[in-house]
Amino acid sequence: MATEAHGSESSLVFHPMDQFKVTPLFGDGAVHWYTITNVTLWMAISVIGVILLLVVGSRGRAIVPSKGQSIAELTYGFVYKMIEDVTGKDAVKYFPYVMTLFIFIVFSNMLGLLPLSFTTTSHIAVTGVLALLVFLFVTILGFVKNGSKFLALFWVSSAPMAVRPLLAVIELISYFVRPVSHSIRLAGNMMAGHAVIKVFAGFAAIAAISPVSILAITAMYGLEILVAFIQAYVFTILTCVYLKDALHPVH
Amino acid sequence: MEGNIAELGKYIGVGLTAIGMGGAAMGVGNVAGNYLSGALRNPSAAASQTATLFIGMAFAEALGIFSFLVALLLMFAV
Repeated sequence: MATEAHGSESSLVFHPMDQFKVTPLFGDGAVHWYTITNVTLWMAISVIGVILLLVVGSRGRAIVPSKGQSIAELTYGFVYKMIEDVTGKDAVKYFPYVMTLFIFIVFSNMLGLLPLSFTTTSHIAVTGVLALLVFLFVTILGFVKNGSKFLALFWVSSAPMAVRPLLAVIELISYFVRPVSHSIRLAGNMMAGHAVIKVFAGFAAIAAISPVSILAITAMYGLEILVAFIQAYVFTILTCVYLKDALHPVH
Repeated sequence: MEGNIAELGKYIGVGLTAIGMGGAAMGVGNVAGNYLSGALRNPSAAASQTATLFIGMAFAEALGIFSFLVALLLMFAV
């Protein structure tokens, strides 16, 4: 980071947020919605990774699975068990959507950890679209499946009658805040972790503390691998919880 | 050192939102600690509750995320 000249007057120059800059791949004009940017590139790479793992990996359909097929089957079984445990057996028909979300987020997060790569999930624009789609899908599904009974989600029937209107307001707010927290959780976690690594990388330019900072980078990198997986898991499991609310809106 | 007083207040406010991080840390730590103490009392029931653990952590973390959201809004929207 220290090599990037920004015309700053201080000797310790690092800009931890520069890694999240969206730039066009070809030329350097303005970024329009159709411009091929580094976000497009890394999203395409993660989609190719998903195809390589799931389609090519499980092509053999061997009784004794190869390494690739084992990983593909483990991933499939992991997500399948998650939706079966959290949402219930009747929600298994929404498994393809949940699996798509999980595998795409996991690949984006993990590819973002490669040096010089770009973390697509660190942008609220990306995670916001994912979370809004989940929100719209769940809300529409709830009304289609249950009709007006879906509104029972906001009417806490176990509470005393006097506090129910107040609880209804709180439940309504917490329902509409879901896509916000759902998207910012993922984007914020990815962004903060990468920024912390970059800050430590900036400290590495000072000779006296560079061993400490390189150790810190290593430790943070290990933590980030964990976080990359856990945040994908949390995003998926919250999708399952929201699906459960849509299918069984009993409070 | 130049700039206006509104800029100063903005950056102080952004810094103050870091306090929210402490609240989220206490919440997530409380969830994980209680899970662990429960899991050590009854290890056979622990595996079935890991999903609940992560859901609880996610909900506790959500409030910390809102302080991050306030920081973002102060930095870029106000």
